[in-house]
This record gives sequence, C-alpha cells and structure tokens, in this order.
Amino acid sequence: MTVTDLLSYEDALASYDPVMGLEVHVELGTRTKMFCGCSTELGAEPNSQTCPTCLGLPGSLPVVNAIGVESAIKIGLALNCEIAQWCRFARKNYFYPDMPKNFQTSQYDEPIAFNGYLDVQLEDGEVFRVQIERAHMEEDTGKSTHVGGATGRIHGASHSLLDYNRAGIPLIEIVTKPIEGAGVRAPEVAKAYVAELRELIKALGVSEARMEMGQMRCDVNLSLRPPGREKFGTRSETKNVNSLRSVERAARFEIQRHAAVLSSGGTIVQETRHFHEEDGSTTSGRIKEEAEDYRYFPEPDLVPVAPAREWVEELRAGLPELPRLRRKRLQEDWGIADHEMQSVLNAGALDLILATMAEGADAASARKWWMGELARHANETGTELAAVPITPAQVARVSALVAAGDLNDKLARQVIEGVLAGEGEPDQVVDARGLKVVSDDSALGAAVDDAIAANAAIANKIRGGNLAAAGALIGAVMKATRGQADAKRVRELVLERLGVQG
Amino acid sequence: MTDIIRLTAAQSAEKIASGELTAVEVTEAHLARIEAVDEKVHAFLHVDREGALAQARAVDAKRAAGEPLGPLAGVPLAMKDIFTTEGVPTTVGSKILEGWIPPYDSTVTKRLKAADVVILGKTNMDEFAMGSSTENSAYGPTGNPWDLTRIPGGSGGGSAAALASYQAPLALGTDTGGSIRQPAAVTGTVGVKPTYGGVSRYGMVAFSSSLDQGGPCARTVLDAALLHEAIGGHDPMDSTSIDAPVPPVVDAARSGDVRGMRIGVVKELGGEGYQPGVVQRFNESVEVLRELGAEVVEISCPSFVYALAAYYLIAPSECSSNLARFDAMRYGMRVGDDGTRSAEEVTALTREAGFGAEVKRRIILGTYALSSGYYDAYYGSAQKVRTLITRDFEKAFESVDVLVSPTTPTTAFPLGERVDDPLAMYLVDLCTIPVNLAGNAAMSLPCGLAPEDGLPVGLQIIAPALKDDRLYRVGAAVEAAFVKKWGHPLLEEAPQL
Repeated sequence: MTVTDLLSYEDALASYDPVMGLEVHVELGTRTKMFCGCSTELGAEPNSQTCPTCLGLPGSLPVVNAIGVESAIKIGLALNCEIAQWCRFARKNYFYPDMPKNFQTSQYDEPIAFNGYLDVQLEDGEVFRVQIERAHMEEDTGKSTHVGGATGRIHGASHSLLDYNRAGIPLIEIVTKPIEGAGVRAPEVAKAYVAELRELIKALGVSEARMEMGQMRCDVNLSLRPPGREKFGTRSETKNVNSLRSVERAARFEIQRHAAVLSSGGTIVQETRHFHEEDGSTTSGRIKEEAEDYRYFPEPDLVPVAPAREWVEELRAGLPELPRLRRKRLQEDWGIADHEMQSVLNAGALDLILATMAEGADAASARKWWMGELARHANETGTELAAVPITPAQVARVSALVAAGDLNDKLARQVIEGVLAGEGEPDQVVDARGLKVVSDDSALGAAVDDAIAANAAIANKIRGGNLAAAGALIGAVMKATRGQADAKRVRELVLERLGVQG
Repeated sequence: MTDIIRLTAAQSAEKIASGELTAVEVTEAHLARIEAVDEKVHAFLHVDREGALAQARAVDAKRAAGEPLGPLAGVPLAMKDIFTTEGVPTTVGSKILEGWIPPYDSTVTKRLKAADVVILGKTNMDEFAMGSSTENSAYGPTGNPWDLTRIPGGSGGGSAAALASYQAPLALGTDTGGSIRQPAAVTGTVGVKPTYGGVSRYGMVAFSSSLDQGGPCARTVLDAALLHEAIGGHDPMDSTSIDAPVPPVVDAARSGDVRGMRIGVVKELGGEGYQPGVVQRFNESVEVLRELGAEVVEISCPSFVYALAAYYLIAPSECSSNLARFDAMRYGMRVGDDGTRSAEEVTALTREAGFGAEVKRRIILGTYALSSGYYDAYYGSAQKVRTLITRDFEKAFESVDVLVSPTTPTTAFPLGERVDDPLAMYLVDLCTIPVNLAGNAAMSLPCGLAPEDGLPVGLQIIAPALKDDRLYRVGAAVEAAFVKKWGHPLLEEAPQL
C-alpha cells in the first residue's frame, strides 16, 4: 500500500471546512425479494434462491413487493420526509456481471421519500440536525467473489464466482443533503448519524441493519473548502465503509488527506476510494472524471407507485417509539444522569443492556457489567462492545449467579474473564475454575476460628461492641479463602462466634 | 388430410369435441403439412413433434374420460419464437440465444397448455422482433406463401406464413409497431394487437416493454377471437397487465353486426405514397361498411405524422436497456472464453458475434437517445409526441366507435428489396405504429388482392383501449361480406405450394 501524505487533523481543520454527504444502503428484512418471490434468507447455497426474474432471464418481469414499499414509506416518515403522491421506478443502466439485467431497477428523479431530517446526538449531548435529501427504493446486485488475486479485489484475480442469491433483495438508499457546519466534529457527526439511522431502522423493524453482515452499508462523500467559501470543493467518495467506527475514521482520514493535497497546492481528483479497516486509510479506486452516464429512464415494466394518503397516515400513526424518545424514556426509568446515559450510548451498550435485561437481569447489574468490565475489555482489545465475545444471555446468567449469592463481584469478574477467554458458558467456567462462593458453614467456621485466634485484639474490640472492627476479621477470612467466601455469611459467623448481636 | 388442414380452428375443435376427428389426427395432419411444405416456406425454427403429439394424446384421453374440453382443445398452434417454452428452444430469431432451453413457460404458453391447445413448434421472426420482413432472422428469411420470393412481413412473418400455408390454423404473434398486423396484411390472414396490458408479457422476450403486446393470429376473425380469449386476461406476474376481464371478443366475432356503428377513416393514414391497389381495396372496404349500415366519417389525427419518429426513439431506447442482459454470463452464446480474456472482453465478443446488424443499430440508437444531455431532446420529446398521439385517438373516439385505415402502404415487396435501406423498411409500419404508442387495440384482416400484383391487402381496424370486442364485431362483418362477395375466403386464391 502506498503511503499517503496526511496533514495533522488539527492543522487540516484550522485551514479548511469539511462538507460531507452520506449515502446509506439498507437491506430490508422482507421475507421475499423486491421484484420476485424468492427468499431473502442469508447463508443459503449460492444461487439456490433465484428465479427467472432475479436472474434476469429473457422474458421475465418484475412485480413490486408491497412490504418493500411499506418499509420505504416507514423509513421516510421516520426521517421526517415528504412521501411522494406518485413516483416511478427507473432503470439505472450499466454493465456488471453480478447485475443480472445489466440495469438496476432503482428510482431516479422521483424518489418515494424526500426532504427530511434526522436529529443526531453527539457524545457530549449536543444535537445536530442532518438534512435528508431523499430515500429511494432499489434492488441489490448479486455478489462477486474474485478468486486468485492477492487482495480479493478484481484486480489480479484469475476468475470470479457469481452468487445471485442477493440479487433483487430490496434496498433503501438514504442520501443526506450536504452536511455543512460540523467543522471539527464532522467525523463524529458522520458516525452519530449512521448510528442513529441504524437505531431508527431497527426500531422500525424493517431491517436488522447489521453492518457487519452488509445489511447496512455507508458511502462517505467528503470535500474541503477554505472557511467562508460557499462553493464546495472536489469530493471523494469512500465506498462501503461498514462499521460505525470506520465511518468516523474514513471521514477523518479523508479530511487529513484532502488537506495535505490542497495545502501543498495540489488538486483533489474526483474518484471513489476504498477504505481499509486495518489502518483506517483509503486508497484510490475508480476515477470519475465525468459523471457516469447511467442513462436513467422510467422503468416501463412497472406501474407507478401511488401510495394513498390514508395509507401513509395509517403508517405514520403506527410508527413505533423512535430511538431518541425511547432513550429518553429509558433514562428516566433507570433514573440515571444525562452523562451516564450518554456514556451508555457512546459505548454502544444500550441494546446490549436491554437484551441482557430481556434475559432476566435487572437494569443496574446489566448496566454495571456492560459499562464496566466489558467496556474495558472492548477498549483494551480495540473492538466494538457488541463484538466482545459474550452474549447478553451469558451476562444475565452471571448477574443471576451474583443475585443468588453463588458469586460475589470479584468471582463474577473471573467468570466473565473465563467466558471471554472462550472457556464456555458461565456455569462451565464456575465449575472448571472452582469459583463457587464458599458459604458452607463447616469450611467457613474453621477459617473464622483461625482468624479470631490470630487477631485476638480485634476480636476483643468486637466483643466490646465495636462492630466496625469486624471488617478486619472478614477481610482475613476472605483472604484465607482466596475471595471465595460469602462475605455476608462470614460476618454472621464472626459475630455469632464472638457472641455479639449484628 | 388436405381437408383437415383447411379447417378453421373453430371447426377442428368442434370435430374433436364431437369425436369426428381425434386431436392426434389433426396434429398429425399438420405435422405432415409442415414436413411437406416448410422446407420451401421456412415458417418454423423448431418443430416440437413429440411435444405436440403428447399434448394431442392427452386431449384425446381427456375426451375419452368424459372430461370437459375447452373451445380450442386439440387445435394446433404455431408459436412465435419469442415466447418462452419450458424445455423447448427459444431463440427470438437470434444467434445469441441459439441453444438456450428456457427453464420456464411464458404465461401465454401456460394458458395455451391449460386450454389444451397443441403447440406445434416455434416460428421464425426478425431478430428480437426488430424488422418488418423476417429477413433479420439469424436463421434465414421466411417466404410469403403467396409468392415465396416476397416477404411474409415481420417481425412475425413465420407465424403469418404458417397460417397462410395451412401449417397451422392458429398462431401467436407479438406486436411492438405492427409485427402482428403487417404480416397478417401481406399474407391475407387475420392478426390482432390487443389493448396494451390485455395479454400478459411474462415470458415474452422483451423488445420494447411499453409497446410490446402479444396477440392472436388466425385465418378467420372468429378463430382469432377464440385464441384471444384463451390467452388474454389479468396476470399477476406482469405488473402492466390490466386487471379487468377479457372484453367479449368471441360474442362480438359471432355477432358481426355494425349497423349504427360510427366508423372514422383516418385522413393521415392513406393517400399519397400508398400503392394504388391498396388504396382501391381500402376504399371498397369502407364502402362495404357503409352498405352494412355503418356511418362513415373522415377523422384527422394530426400528430400521427410524428409517430414513426417517436417510435424510433422510444423502441430503440427501451431495447438498448432490455437487451443489455445478453452478456454471455448466465445463458446463451459465449464467444472467446478461452481463460485469458476478461468478462468484459467475452461480453463484447459475444455481442459482436451474437447480434445482427439491425439489433446493433437499434441498441446504438437507443443508447444515444438515452444519454445524458440528449435524453430530453430525444426520449423526452418522443414521450410528448406519444401523449399527443394518445390525445388524437381520444378525441377521435369521442365521435367514432372505431377507426379504419390500410394496414400497410404496400403489398408484400420482394425479399432483399429493402434490406439495405432501413428507412424504407421502417416506413412499412407507418399505419400500425400510432396504435402501439397509444396502447389501443387493432386488427388487420384481408380486404382483397391489389389488382396490379395480385397480392393481399390488409384493412386495419382500430378500437379504443379495452374495447377490443369492437374489432371483432367490425372484422366479422367485413369478413362475412367479402367472403360472400368473393364466394370463398381470400386464402383460397393463394397458389398451391
């Protein structure tokens, strides 16, 4: 990989004002494809979920998936968009082997939803309004696997394998208006926007929006201009940035790269860029000297979509609680401060906490584990919290063991450590590591007697009514049992042995 | 045997239903006829002998078991090679699909099978239905049974020639700019372009999606109506299919009563530039209609003069996109795949070798017309013309029930005469194209032979959308009057093959 000149982020922002445009593709979770009845289930044998229509066989015709249209309208409404009274599909013509018809059935100048906005909350709680240009319906392409090359890209490959199972899966493309005025916070705004959009899509139930599965994909358009200038600079388009963290990194990298080019007197080439997860860099892709000519025209095989106003209003009325409002409600339910809620959100812990609660844990303990031990682990290993190798069910189990008195916090941390290390379910770790709390009176009794014998002076203080001194004896017992004793029971035994009422 | 092949579809069905003939006998008679004459005519690209006989045997078994038979049960049909047929080759007259065996049936194919119609095979056509003479077929031209050195029309020349040479009593066509009506006109047969959306396009290989319409071809108006009814009606697999019952075409064909109907002669379709014999026979037809009790008036449709220009922007534009899928990746021909070439190179080599000159011409035309910077001037303007033409029709149908015109400006011209002059070839469809642009229904039926060359002339009847039954009412009346006048159907004057 070639080394790219970068200006420091601070210097870049001192000299330039970034403008961004974000294009997000969301694969809808409909049971069938956008224009045929084939299943959209992931992970099936290649080309097993195809038919004449999604293979583009001669003579085949598309029929619109009504759930796809409904999902698009829901997304539009949740993004505060206007919903078209009447709109058409259009053909986007270009040749690519994974596109069965060599045109993509999409929408062009008549999107189903347009002119909206999404309010996103930044890490310090500031709310930034991102204007939405449009949301339109289209179909996904098939998937090419390039074999024999070094990078998995087509360049240098000996041949390619085509899987059309994905061809025709409904997509909604959501395009922002140019995001101006974010300044130094532009990368953060980009990340927060995609995060908020993902939450919204999930809340609507129209897609699981799992970025790691390609169900949500983001293209980051970015340009710089000198502060105060109205005209946008030349932009680059970083394609397929597929995690929240990557969105932020890609924007940041491009700001630094553009700034380096511009400040050394160079010009930015309008091109697509590939993003590299390993080091957060981008490299040159396809050069777009002229706008590509897709020869759009209205799709003659489909009739216009004209959603009845009553139906649109029905959908609006049926929208679920939207993420920002839901977060507010949860914060109140949990009785936590703004900054605590913000750190839950920043850590990407909200859904994990809720999932853990759904598995039976109480809110406080679910929050404690995810925001403590697990967040630390994520930080240390440089992964997203959701990617930490433990499930909400496992966290809930640990929490249940603590609640039942089978584990104390110290032991629970060891159990979690075991689960993260791949030692199995929490109960297996408890057994394998022998981490059960010792509350067996005969075993504890001996340890308590030893502690009293070894600390006669303290014992006397306790006998004299100084209950606070019991801590020292409990500590000694805990030490002797390597932390596995049930501290509460130890205290009871100490007081009992010394003949004091607790 | 000769008698069987000269029966109409309605007569054959009746004889099969009554047990006078078996479906196998009828099928065998037609297969024998194909064997005897098709080497000369070249109407068929593929004869499905086994499939046809199996279908015929099934009909006979049904009858033997006392099951009810449909109105066309056991009647043979020649299918234009543009409809997909599961397990039976479908080439669309192109090299690029040579050897392709579709894994699915078109809706029309399915409906014909369900109606127990016997599909004899697939007929020749201009490649991808682009042409007016069948000379653009990659598999050689078809001869006109009236004169084998002349064109049978196109693109559905194979289907029309099969009817005119008694190789089948029924045939299927598709009409994008006249591909059913013009072949019918020049072969002395009947062809109907139903209202757009009246017959499903699912499984009909697309040329120009907003214009393509499948329809019936036959030797009589009633047979066409019976076939129309069998293939028509709503299909959930085709979004542009009309969700309404098939108009009462069979009843209309049986009635043939035009008394009190108002008929408009389109001023812009006829006169100067039309062959004198065509004009003469057309004028006689108008007289016949008047005699039958119809009221005839002249109607002006001023926008029709732009129809051809608009058509040659819209149709190529859509075709440039529809034919993009032929890229050697998934089916059909593949050229140059020797392990060293890229997918793009293989696609280019395949398209170069697989598409004929006319197809390439239209792909290039359409690609250009849709290009950014040209779109508004070409595709956009053409769509506006389309709207104007539709308005002309709407206005005309405020004062008349149907419109009439000659189907074609001339009778069948010699094979080879216009192959190097695309513009002259395009003019053949002058009278038929406005109907496709507006989505109306139209029929062509024989109205005599041009005195100067003794070749058939077609009368075109045009009805408003969804009023296809009017075509059959007027068509049946004209047909009956002419047969009475001539003493026999026109086709009996065709030379023996």
